[in-house]
Amino acid sequence: MTQFPAPTVAEPGQDRTLILNMGPQHPSTHGVLRLVLEIDGETVVRLLPDIGYLHTGIEKTCEAKFYQQVVPLTDRIDYLCPMTNNLTYCLAVEKLLGLEIPPKAQWIRVLLNEMTRINSHLVWLGTHAMDLGAMTVFLYCFREREDVLRLFEMVSGQRMMTSYFRVGGLALEPPLGFFEKVKSFADRFPGNVDEYEGLLTGNPIFLMRTKGVAKLSMEDAIALGATGPTLRGSGVDIDLRRDAPYTGYENFKFKVPISTEGDVFARYVCRVQELRESIGIVQQALAGMPEGPTKADAPKVVLPDREKMKTQMEALIYHFKIITEGFAVPPGEVYQAVESPRGEMGYYVVSDGTAKPYRVHMRGPSFANLQALGKMCEGHLIADVVAAIGSIDVVLGDIDR
Amino acid sequence: MPLQPAITEIEQLKEHPALARLLVWNKAVVQSAKFDRDELTVWVEKGAIREVCAILRDDVYCPFNYLSDLTCVDWYPSEPRFEVVYHLLSIPKKERIRLKARVDGSSPVIESVTSVWPAANYYEREVFDLFGVRFTGHPNLQRIMMPDNWEGHPLRKDYPVEGYR
Repeated sequence: MTQFPAPTVAEPGQDRTLILNMGPQHPSTHGVLRLVLEIDGETVVRLLPDIGYLHTGIEKTCEAKFYQQVVPLTDRIDYLCPMTNNLTYCLAVEKLLGLEIPPKAQWIRVLLNEMTRINSHLVWLGTHAMDLGAMTVFLYCFREREDVLRLFEMVSGQRMMTSYFRVGGLALEPPLGFFEKVKSFADRFPGNVDEYEGLLTGNPIFLMRTKGVAKLSMEDAIALGATGPTLRGSGVDIDLRRDAPYTGYENFKFKVPISTEGDVFARYVCRVQELRESIGIVQQALAGMPEGPTKADAPKVVLPDREKMKTQMEALIYHFKIITEGFAVPPGEVYQAVESPRGEMGYYVVSDGTAKPYRVHMRGPSFANLQALGKMCEGHLIADVVAAIGSIDVVLGDIDR
Repeated sequence: MPLQPAITEIEQLKEHPALARLLVWNKAVVQSAKFDRDELTVWVEKGAIREVCAILRDDVYCPFNYLSDLTCVDWYPSEPRFEVVYHLLSIPKKERIRLKARVDGSSPVIESVTSVWPAANYYEREVFDLFGVRFTGHPNLQRIMMPDNWEGHPLRKDYPVEGYR
């Protein structure tokens, strides 16, 4: 954790700054983020994020688990987009194993990944707007988010900690009637986005709080490692779904929203456009959903179906072996990057040939974005710090791990 | 896709823009290279890591202008014990490369790359905190995850998973 360095009072006339603690229990820091602010009146001179309050040592825990046991841990990192975490980890291990995933599993992964993006962006939109004083949007966003969570519950049995993607495919076939429910959600959701935009995009109060606030230039954004909508809001055209397609994203058509202003409003515009693009991807996934199995044909890695396990000797043996001994992964290392709602989420997995990962490192997008916060806020008002935190959409579980 | 055997001959890999640039600049810094599972790894001399990063960032043809990730792997008890791992991304060319530098366990020190990418700041603090690798030239090398008075570096392999009791 960060020790606060001595305030700069060396020069005469400069001793007018004050140290102010914001957080860790502050409603607008979206978790246990502590900011140490050096202020001159209402102006922020320096901003120093202090993190680590939520550090649970997930990377260390992973080293003591079998490969398949790590999946539920990944949910807890970025708890607003559990499916993206599952996906990144599974893709990394599948790449280590050299496993081929059947098309249907890939398409369901894309579909649920985009639903996760919608879920995460809805939480962001609601809380960000509430921080800036627009209470109504929060209620509307959480109304739709509830629908998404119900869909997650239907498919995985869990609302938030889904653990639905497994190494080699999916945990289960989606239940009957699932795709119809997704379809009905996808059909009405664009109307909901219009509703949110009607409340915010032209709202003069919202515009005054966001336009020209917490600017980040393109050069600074790249140098400070900002990622996702924060980077695209500063005019950098990068989206890993398009530029380094994974799990079948090359089959989908979508636009990557870019904004060049680099302020809070630019990041808002990017994310709201992404909501619309995501729902387009969901529609494409539903329309072209292939038939076939949802698990890879790799009995030594993928758990057999329950029915087979009860009737076939072979399947029972494999099941027993995987549960008690895990599966060995050939030695090597992989860095798998995925476009999460917050930006580039990367899993670096090192295998030494045993059934437990030698090292798992998670590159969290919030961790990267948080470094840009100081640059955004210095010279601005304290009230704008709240807008800036909301605009980079931090999730503290992702930062502290 | 079934696994292909890894390519470890530098001769076969010198087509890659990053490796070609490094070989042209200074052959001696490249210790070895490996192309495995569609990813290129280059082991570079520890003392030259900052210069290597600066060269790759400023390359005209394929600038690796974005630091994706910086982490460390502990190969205890073998020596050199630590491998500091840099994942670079070229935003214009959408290329990736992994750089590695080996660091001794007895005096784990390496030069900081914060002057090349300010983004390295938090990552290096994290590696320092959890592995005990020191970065010279870092502006604020303090613990970031653990409390300041914590003893030991939790992600080292000789640190028990459940901690010291």
